[in-house]
Amino acid sequence: MSNLIMETKDFNFTYAGVDAPSLKNINLPIEKNKITAMIGPSGCGKSTLLRAMNRIHDLYPGNKYEGEINLYGTKGKENILDLKKENDLISLRQQVGMIFQKPTPFPMSIYDNVAYGMKLAGVKNKSELDGRVEKALKDAAIWNETKDRMNTSALGMSGGQQQRLCIARAVALKPEVMLFDEPTSALDPISTGAIEELISELKKDVSVVIVTHNMQQASRLSDYTAFMYLGDLIEYDKTDTIFMNPNEKLTEDYITGRFG
Amino acid sequence: MNRLLLNKIILVLSTLSAVVGISFLFWILATLTYKGVSSLHITTFTNDLVEGGIRNLLVGQFTMAIVASIIAVPIGMFAGIWLREYSNNSKLASVIRNLSDVMMSAPSIVIGVFVYALFVAPFGSYNGFAGIIALTIMMIPIIISTTDNMLSLVPKELREAGIALGGSKHKIIMQIVVKAAKVGITTGVLLSFARIIGETAPLLFTSANNQFFTMDLTGQFPSLTVSIYNLATYPDEASRELAWAASFVLTAFVLIINLTGRYMTRNKK
Repeated sequence: MSNLIMETKDFNFTYAGVDAPSLKNINLPIEKNKITAMIGPSGCGKSTLLRAMNRIHDLYPGNKYEGEINLYGTKGKENILDLKKENDLISLRQQVGMIFQKPTPFPMSIYDNVAYGMKLAGVKNKSELDGRVEKALKDAAIWNETKDRMNTSALGMSGGQQQRLCIARAVALKPEVMLFDEPTSALDPISTGAIEELISELKKDVSVVIVTHNMQQASRLSDYTAFMYLGDLIEYDKTDTIFMNPNEKLTEDYITGRFG
Repeated sequence: MNRLLLNKIILVLSTLSAVVGISFLFWILATLTYKGVSSLHITTFTNDLVEGGIRNLLVGQFTMAIVASIIAVPIGMFAGIWLREYSNNSKLASVIRNLSDVMMSAPSIVIGVFVYALFVAPFGSYNGFAGIIALTIMMIPIIISTTDNMLSLVPKELREAGIALGGSKHKIIMQIVVKAAKVGITTGVLLSFARIIGETAPLLFTSANNQFFTMDLTGQFPSLTVSIYNLATYPDEASRELAWAASFVLTAFVLIINLTGRYMTRNKK
């Protein structure tokens, strides 16, 4: 076994009120300190899978998980599908952060946005908060733009800045894994470049899973790529292999733009 | 050609309708201002009704409206939060949502009669508490609907982002979602306050009226709107003038509260 941070084993997922599962027998490893990209046409289940990895589906009642999703975190191996109590889910989400398609700054100051997650986690010491906010903003490459306006509302920032703020907010919790759900599809090319650079930097400290519709982004950014289609994991391999020499005909057709 | 002609006819018709509608509004406001201002004196504000002023009426009306708000705002807000955030759009939730909408359009006199039967008749006298209860009943469905609607405008990603950052559901709702909808909810509260401050029917036979200054909610309680109703029907000139003055003051208050609400929504960002 190589160095895993997460893996799904025979994982099935069924949305509330639907008979057929949206994800079928997914076996996907997530390598530690690497970037894993998930690609595939709309509706293939890649976002659904990503959103299972921090159990955010639990916000809506009636969804069904089957199989295992193991997290090899600080507490050792843990099947996150076994978690029941809200406190356990909270601690899972502190280890597995998530960034969304649209930037989601909270309606509060820049400082409070970054400090919010730490305050939820029980960090009260003002100087510790200050230090970690600064470090997070530096890690997210947005410190220079924000250091003079820490107390202004985060809603006044540009889309790209807001997205980096959201990354800073997640990084501040020192997560093991960060999940990105099409993090640049609402941004202009320059902001996209900045976010991509940032994600490559992040893998020193965290493992990254990214869902993207942009094939170039997947090939530029990731070490491993998973191709999904209609709820199945069709192929998983090193990104180079997937893009240069895929095993499956379906993968090749998708990558060369013959469908999707 | 035909198309252009039709265009012109529609334009003229809609302009005309707008002018008719707006001119009535200005007519009312102009008459009210003219008659009201000419009847206003310093003593209007310093004397109680018994001496030809409206001091006790203003205090009474605002006391009832403010106490009603203090009761209705939290109840309505929590009900709205439950409907939008906790009910998962169950059957029960949609029943409550519909009932609340029906309540909102219930004739206010009916609410007055209901409160009379429950809180006036058994005690044998009109009382301020009954007036407050009637106003509270009027206000709650408005607050529920405003809260519910404003929360529905908050994108679900914001809730997810809060949860994904390790927040518990109630913390995210209270600290982020409600905060994001704060301006809209505050505006709704202001507008519903403006609505109940001008109500007559629910007070007419609940708190009734009082000529003297009093803060005793167990007895008849002074009310500006009920006084306007009474004064306007009196034969003497002085009473009718006071009714004009009182109407003007009430309208001014309602207008100010409404404009504040609108101003807040405009400067939302």
